[in-house]
Amino acid sequence: MMLELIGISVLWLFLFGYIIVGSIDYGAGFFNAYSIITGKEHILSKIIQRYLSPVWEVTNVFFVFFFVGIVGFFPQTAYYFGTVFLVPGSIALILLGVRGAYYAFETYGSRGHKGYAFMYGLSGLLFPASLSIVLTISEGGFVYIEEGNPKLDYQALFASPLTWAIVVLSIIAVLYISAVFLTWYANKTGDQTATALFRKYALIWAIPLILTASGIVYELSSHNPPHYERIFNLWWMFAISLILWIVTVWLIWHKKRYDVAVWLMIFQFAFAFFGYGAAHYPYLLYPYLTINEGFTNQAMAISLIVAFILGLSLLLPSLYLIFKLFLFNEDYVRGRKEKE
Amino acid sequence: MIFDDPVAASRFLTIITLSFHIIYATIGVGVPLLIMIAQWIGIKRNDEHYLLMARRWSKGFIVPVAVGVVTGTAIGLQLSLLWPSFMELAGNVIALPLFMETFAFFFEAIFLGIYLYTWDRFDNPKKHFLLLIPVAIGGAMSAFFITIVNSFMNSPQGFDLVNGQIVNVNPLAAMFTPAMPTKVTHVIVTAYMTIAFLMAAIAAFRLLKGSNHVYHKKALYLTMKIGLIFSIATAIIGDFSGKYLAAYQPEKLAAAEWHFETEGAAPLLMWGLLDEDTQEVSYALKVPYALSILAHGDPMAEVIGLNEFPKEVQPPLIIHYYFDSMVSIGVFMMGLALLYWFGIRMGWAFVKSKWFRWIIVLGAPLSFLAIEFGWWMAEVGRYPWILRGLLTIQDAATTSEYVGIISILFILLYFVLGVGTVVVLRRMFKNNPIEKDITKYEGGGPS
Ligand code: HDD
Ligand code: HEM
Ligand code: HEM
Repeated sequence: MMLELIGISVLWLFLFGYIIVGSIDYGAGFFNAYSIITGKEHILSKIIQRYLSPVWEVTNVFFVFFFVGIVGFFPQTAYYFGTVFLVPGSIALILLGVRGAYYAFETYGSRGHKGYAFMYGLSGLLFPASLSIVLTISEGGFVYIEEGNPKLDYQALFASPLTWAIVVLSIIAVLYISAVFLTWYANKTGDQTATALFRKYALIWAIPLILTASGIVYELSSHNPPHYERIFNLWWMFAISLILWIVTVWLIWHKKRYDVAVWLMIFQFAFAFFGYGAAHYPYLLYPYLTINEGFTNQAMAISLIVAFILGLSLLLPSLYLIFKLFLFNEDYVRGRKEKE
Repeated sequence: MIFDDPVAASRFLTIITLSFHIIYATIGVGVPLLIMIAQWIGIKRNDEHYLLMARRWSKGFIVPVAVGVVTGTAIGLQLSLLWPSFMELAGNVIALPLFMETFAFFFEAIFLGIYLYTWDRFDNPKKHFLLLIPVAIGGAMSAFFITIVNSFMNSPQGFDLVNGQIVNVNPLAAMFTPAMPTKVTHVIVTAYMTIAFLMAAIAAFRLLKGSNHVYHKKALYLTMKIGLIFSIATAIIGDFSGKYLAAYQPEKLAAAEWHFETEGAAPLLMWGLLDEDTQEVSYALKVPYALSILAHGDPMAEVIGLNEFPKEVQPPLIIHYYFDSMVSIGVFMMGLALLYWFGIRMGWAFVKSKWFRWIIVLGAPLSFLAIEFGWWMAEVGRYPWILRGLLTIQDAATTSEYVGIISILFILLYFVLGVGTVVVLRRMFKNNPIEKDITKYEGGGPS
């Protein structure tokens, strides 16, 4: 009982980490493309170069960690989700490939092709959107068992408003998270034009964010009533999330303490994300798979947790080092030291 | 069409993705070690050229790493998407090394990021050099852990199967299988060998293209020497791999050798043509006693023949050519490196001739081919099993009917990535020839 809770918490935590760092990356790519196309030119290119290039590979490992870890802790997910997620998962991989190509060829090679920037920006928005389908699938109602094999009902999936609400939320969340972060980062680099621009983006996306999020909860009330009820029982987590959102927007509106705003935004998502996850418990896939039935054997669970602790004790100091060098290093952030 | 059958399509897509990823993975394992050696020599001898070598190699390294990350992520997720039943079983028994591998990725990615972007940020060049060590270890550990998984597929152990239920799982026993020691070392050593010959080929190519800079000569000599050492290690460990097969997967060895009847003092057949009905081999190069030596280290030893096994579990006979190609390339590269090294010491002129340098250039694609052939032999030779003796490929594949279309998309992606890698790397170094770099860093001190 304890072990599967540890397992799912670890995975959920890393998924959350991925959502935050990934969103910053994806959103930045989109804003970059947008500013190039609307002629505001390379305000962002520099930031992408300075901050995102050194860490994008690390960002990706968070994603790998999640899908490797979930198969490790809950092997049956490979069976259920592996079969039904083939198409959306493959599309996501191709989009990831397009983005990777940009990093490989554009940032490190020569620069300045508009088409590349456009593809890069677009794939960054569609990638989380296609991954978010997995959340919809896990709500149940779209998977049926035929001859002992799980099948995905594409028609029901694409006709459901829930699907589209989640897709839209994933896109808006990416833009909002990214804009709030970049407001702070641009301010730190001392670039006033960029700061003003991102501040505007952050404010623009703040309202749609809350609207779609509420829309999803509303959708759930009819699509998956038990889940909806559990969300309702955890109302306080979502209430805290809402308050954090209000304070974040207030700070950004009044151009105060962008650093605090970023942290509040992170906690806002943390409360919503963990509230959602806790309400989803114990199901991995409604109604077929729970974390209790799908859990791996005792021996594997313990060795995975031991490996995780050992790995983490290597990882945390290294992560600290890279963030210190690139994200929080005044000289580097302001571009004072030239890099190769 | 193979695309209509989910099993065939899944196999097809798996081959394509893995064969593509392994090119970049090999680079990811091998290049950090070579950079390390060059930078170390540069610091020790205070020789600007070796430092520049390290700097230029690491600059070029970024591009294949990025593609390696993409293709690696693809294969990682594809394993669950295409082989859900296998991963369900694997998750119960062999998840541990897969999980640990992600930490190796983290480690490599973090320190690589730091290393690449801090060339001129340390006052003491040794500190910068130290950052490379975790990168090289991380790359080798990725190969180590993933090859452990592959070893498990070849000689599964560490659990019991009772009425289709997995019980008594021992994750450590599943990691340390009989296949593991030879497989892991062979894979890592061949990666180092291949990358050494890759760098040698680049240096030889530059010399052929008119640059006569001593930088390239130093690079060529250094990398050929490293290549020599690792090609010898490759052959030795390859021999151990043969002994492993004889003991644990005799059907794979027999199929690779077209060895049909169990007999002592078995000869090794290289190449040749097979008449499948009569099991007659013609035109083959026959090395007496060699198969007995490869399998058991004794010229008289008995080697089990393929006819001992039921037809359904006999691997495809094509792996004979894969095996022969791998071994031939291995022996050829070892001879080439030895000749070069000896020639330079003895002052033989022909090792500096144009044709000899062209052969060195050819060595790079050949070494990569040997890696592909080795994997094809190892994986196709496991047929019909995905987990030898326990789970067949047929039962493990997805039942989704969309694998065919998806495969086409992935082929397009890999095509773009493959062509892009070459184009970008060429442009990068064409715009920055060594002469320009030397002027740029002249007098600037090491790193
Ligand atoms: C540069 C690449 C290269 C070269 C020159 C060689 N090999 Fe190799 N070989 C590999 C690259 C490789 C590999 C890609 O690393 C494989 C595929 C799977 C594996 O474990 O390693 C492999 C597998 C492999 C296997 C099968 C192991 C298994 O299926 O479990 C055997 C028996 C050998 N090798 C033997 C040799 C011998 C006797 C060589 C003589 C020189 C040799 N290899 C050269
Ligand atoms: C841990 C590592 C690996 C795992 C888990 C793995 C898994 C698999 C699986 C599930 C299949 C499909 C079954 C089959 O068709 O035989 C397969 C086949 C194959 N793999 Fe591996 N593989 C690994 C390493 C590699 C690598 C690095 C290569 C490099 C090229 C490779 C080359 C192939 C090839 C060529 C096939 C096709 C075999 C056939 O046609 O039957 N494998 N592998
Ligand atoms: C089925 C087999 C394999 C799977 C599932 C797999 C998975 C992955 C994944 C997910 C990544 C990206 C990690 C990141 O985001 O940084 C990756 C990269 C890498 N893989 Fe593979 N891999 C496989 C086979 C291999 C083999 C056989 C080797 C070594 C011989 C290898 C060596 C590497 C290395 C060194 C990297 C780091 C990226 C680079 O430096 O190019 N992989 N792999």
